[in-house]
Amino acid sequence: MTTMIKIPENKTKKKLHAQQIKDRIISIFIGIFALVWVFPIVWTLWSSLRPYAEIRAGGVFSPPQELGIFNYTEAMERMDLPLYFANTALITLPAVFLILLFGSLIAFVVTRYSFRFNVAMLLLFTAGNMLPPQLVFIPVFKMYLALGDLFGDRRLLYDNHWGVVLIHVAFQMGFATFVLSSYMKTIPKEISESAMVDGASVFTHYFRVMLPLLRPPLASLGVLMITWIYNDFFWALVLMSNDSKRPITSALGRLQGEFVTDYNLLAAGAMIAALPTLIVFFVLRKQFVGGLTLGSTKG
Amino acid sequence: MAVETAAPSTKQIARRRRFFSKQDKVTLGFFIGIPTFLHLSLVWIPAIATIALSFTYWTGIRLEDIVWAGTANYENIFFNTPIFWEAIRVNTIWLLWFFFIATPLGVLLAYQIDREIRGHKIYQSAYFLPVVLSLAVTGIIWNFLLRPDGFVNGLLGLPISEAVSFFGDDRYNIWVIMIMASWRHIGYIMLLYLAGLKAVDSALREAATIDGATEWQSFRKVVFPAMRPVNIIVIVITIIESLRAFDMVYIIYGSSGGLPILGVLVFNNIAGEGASMKGAAYAVILFLLSIVPIITYLQQQFSEDNK
Repeated sequence: MTTMIKIPENKTKKKLHAQQIKDRIISIFIGIFALVWVFPIVWTLWSSLRPYAEIRAGGVFSPPQELGIFNYTEAMERMDLPLYFANTALITLPAVFLILLFGSLIAFVVTRYSFRFNVAMLLLFTAGNMLPPQLVFIPVFKMYLALGDLFGDRRLLYDNHWGVVLIHVAFQMGFATFVLSSYMKTIPKEISESAMVDGASVFTHYFRVMLPLLRPPLASLGVLMITWIYNDFFWALVLMSNDSKRPITSALGRLQGEFVTDYNLLAAGAMIAALPTLIVFFVLRKQFVGGLTLGSTKG
Repeated sequence: MAVETAAPSTKQIARRRRFFSKQDKVTLGFFIGIPTFLHLSLVWIPAIATIALSFTYWTGIRLEDIVWAGTANYENIFFNTPIFWEAIRVNTIWLLWFFFIATPLGVLLAYQIDREIRGHKIYQSAYFLPVVLSLAVTGIIWNFLLRPDGFVNGLLGLPISEAVSFFGDDRYNIWVIMIMASWRHIGYIMLLYLAGLKAVDSALREAATIDGATEWQSFRKVVFPAMRPVNIIVIVITIIESLRAFDMVYIIYGSSGGLPILGVLVFNNIAGEGASMKGAAYAVILFLLSIVPIITYLQQQFSEDNK
């Protein structure tokens, strides 16, 4: 930035030059640090392409004799990864859909219609989102069991992906409401007013007028929520007892214990599990970063 | 939030509200009702229930089984559970480490990357990469480096029999965990701060430079004060993350307590069918510890809104 300002004095020029050298050094330093940063991932990737037996025999730095994706194909089969991916999808997709729907509904009503409780509502949802999950777990757990007994099926919500979906929705809806309401406040009131003057019902006003305008924040929020729920560990661990129903992130914990004898296979499994979020990150980086910063700076 | 409270518009809307058709009223009721019901019944009511339950003994799911315990659960934790104090110690170290080392590093990185030094785009992605990975994957990745037959022990040239047990040895384990946690935290803070920096008027900084301020002076005197809202958010996140740490430690140690932290202690006492109300008391303690940052966060967000 500083280099763009033209100042005739020699003194300033010299200073700028010194600054450029300093910047170069900083850049190199941060670059080396960045290599260190990605190294653990690169190393795991490298190991996942080698058979574990080679490392056992020759040590970690032994030159590779066999390289390939054999660990990956084996991991897919032996670790039941397709099953866990399906479980993840069963939880993540409905949860994200409902979070966006409910969050936008509350934000819509709170910002477009005046009620006495607008601020209180927003505060309730935002504060709820910040409570520690552990604080709500015990009653939720017992409630799920009791509801299940009531309807004659213990696994109605407990140990069922819908139970996990509901708790994610209840929690993250607060964040979505907060983010979407601050976005909606930037949409001119006149748009809503003209819709109402034209006699649009509340329903039309939301679906036809507001929703299309909300696409950018919904996209960012959606990407962020997918990553969060995909990476969630706690809820699926405590609300499910049957391992074959767990999503991939929680299942990794058990797989780690089970495949401790073939570590490179586990590395391949971890890489596969990380792949969806990595793809999301690289393809939808803008939305992802936008989503993450929405809450803090009201992008 | 103040949008609707401006005097004329309130009147207008109040007048308009009378024109809501019955159908509109029903629609609005559903729009607000369903999400609110879900949120209250799965977040707020359970939270309040946990606070009440922390003063009871309760096993099973029948309400008749609840027995009043007074403060017995808390007394048990404070006086008869030494591991609680160990956990408090570890969480405090975690907090101090994040506060004085990881968070400042993230801020520093953000500042340099925001100045668009050479390669800043690649650097940004590199530092941010760990944030995208789940903590479960993070645990496996680091285990890879630190196992007895892993990279670091290989580098030290130690045979497996003499290898350093980074996760098992009390001298190292907490610092190893700190490094792993920072690996993620620094990128996250960097990103939050970067977004904030983008909002700071660059003219401010240019003016400071022209006035002869050094890089450090212009950061401390110009940029940092202008970033007050983001600073508060970053501090709140730092505190909350260090209090609630759970996933990574759990992935590495399970519920063994190899490195006691509050998050895992709560988990051990509430998970599965063996939930005891001591777990509820633990959860309440965790909540009380994070209440100040939560309120600070809400104040920050909502006061800014009212401006």
